[in-house]
Amino acid sequence: MSEELRELYQQVILDHNRHPNNYKQLPCPTHTAEGYNPLCGDRIVLAMALCGDIIKEIGFQGSGCAISKASASIMTSAVNGKTVGEANILFQKFQTMITSDLGTRLDRVALGKLAIFAGVREFPSRVKCASLAWHTLLSALNEPVSTQ
Amino acid sequence: MSDLLEDHAVAEAVFCPIDVFDVDVIRDDFPILRRRIHGKHLVYLDNAATTQKPQVVIDAVQEYYEQQNANIHRGVHYLSELATHLYEETRQKIRQFINAGSDKEIVFTRGTTESINLIASSYGKAKMGPGDEIIISTMEHHSNIVPWQLLCEQVGAKLRVIPIDNDGDLVLEEYYKLLSEKTKLVSIVHISNTLGTINPIKEVISAAHKHDVPVVVDAAQSMAHLRVDVRELDCDFLAFSGHKMLGPTGIGVLYGKEALLNAMPPYQGGGDMILSVSFEKTTFNELPHKFEAGTPNIAATIGLGKAIDYLLRVGHEKIAVHEDNLLEYANEALAAIPEVRVIGQARQKTSVISFVVDGVHPHDIGTILDQNGVAVRTGHHCTQPLMQRFNVPATTRASFALYNTREEINHFIEAIYGVIRLFK
Ligand SMILES: Cc1ncc(COP(=O)(O)O)c(C=O)c1O
Repeated sequence: MSEELRELYQQVILDHNRHPNNYKQLPCPTHTAEGYNPLCGDRIVLAMALCGDIIKEIGFQGSGCAISKASASIMTSAVNGKTVGEANILFQKFQTMITSDLGTRLDRVALGKLAIFAGVREFPSRVKCASLAWHTLLSALNEPVSTQ
Repeated sequence: MSDLLEDHAVAEAVFCPIDVFDVDVIRDDFPILRRRIHGKHLVYLDNAATTQKPQVVIDAVQEYYEQQNANIHRGVHYLSELATHLYEETRQKIRQFINAGSDKEIVFTRGTTESINLIASSYGKAKMGPGDEIIISTMEHHSNIVPWQLLCEQVGAKLRVIPIDNDGDLVLEEYYKLLSEKTKLVSIVHISNTLGTINPIKEVISAAHKHDVPVVVDAAQSMAHLRVDVRELDCDFLAFSGHKMLGPTGIGVLYGKEALLNAMPPYQGGGDMILSVSFEKTTFNELPHKFEAGTPNIAATIGLGKAIDYLLRVGHEKIAVHEDNLLEYANEALAAIPEVRVIGQARQKTSVISFVVDGVHPHDIGTILDQNGVAVRTGHHCTQPLMQRFNVPATTRASFALYNTREEINHFIEAIYGVIRLFK
């Protein structure tokens, strides 16, 4: 197997694919959204409970490839307990990491576990898989659940 | 014009069928098969999406631009006459290839999609109204669903769908029940791009004709694999694409029975499709030019003619034997892998295999195979209703052509084992 493939399908990613974190329904979410990637049929439903601007609880469900599932798993863990502003900054750094040229220096400290997706930039057709959960997060933040 | 005839003589000379099918000799005709992908030999198994092109097709396109380029039907100069001759000669070739009755029945389009849209826009709007019904099937490509949905919205007609069974065969009894005095058109795929099912198209057509309903056949997947005779089938319309039969992209064909085409209003307006234009009144050109507005893709048309020559020289019977062998070989190898489930086991199939692997999403399979030089298609294959029917979000599809080999299938199967090991 090639170096790039091994980098893309690291054990951590395969483990998260098999046993994702936060794979659950929330009892009373304040924000939800559905993300869909028509190219490969990946579908994810994301739900959050915000308290003020802090993400108190987050969960996702859906079906998709290993990259999109592992990304949703690690993303939900990464933003749990963070403010909306912090989540946005993480998204920017993640997006830069998976779309930038190889030479670009990564903010590994800020990215933490998210840095394992750095190998995705070698696979332009998979960038959408890795970012699906993130785009769903952003649209969920814009879609508060009606309380009536 | 004597030079033109000389060109013609050369074309005739290469037109002698081969005696034996030698896949290595065939492969030499396709330059792209020599290239490497990610350092590996290319194993191209995405032929249902588009086929590769033999050197004769590539050369014909290049020669057109280097030696023959001019606009058609409008110049008295030599090159214009030559280009017109080559273009119209291809029309004759296609007429012979599908055994149509007249050149007037061969309309050039951009491909299957445009051919179907032409029928929906022109025939559909003229002939259909509220309460009328159009019958399609569960295994249609989006290009044989969406144009009819758009038409239905515009005229108030309804779409009815023939179900399929778990093997991927049409349920004909249900089709017969759908046919009624409300039915105004049947549009059906000949060979499913996702399942490989070869539909019993003759029975579908004769049942429709008993109700005086015309039938459109989507033959996008047919031409590179088997001979289609429109008069034997008695289909009313037939659509196909050059790029799926060793020809260039951007060229396709709509065959229609002359009487039907004659009665249809034009599809697009512009040059070439008119006899005379004044601001008061325009007189439309004769068939088939009435449906060919604007400057067409002349180079691709000529290339398509060469692709047909090539297919005929190899022979569809020999191609079918070779591809059936590959299909059987691949099916056996896949059946030996417990994690693999093949979707679609129709009684009559071409060399298309859609499958799912337990616990592995097709998109991951596609990426890993690609890194091994193996090109397959993953996703819904533009047949989302069919995916829903089989309750899968997506599949991996391997589709074989005349230039594929058993060694390539071995390579593909090895790569599948690699995927399963990785995800264990
Ligand atoms: C069965 C079938 N119908 C229609 C089409 C559309 O052909 P094109 O994209 O060449 O117009 C395809 C191509 O994918 C096909 O496989």
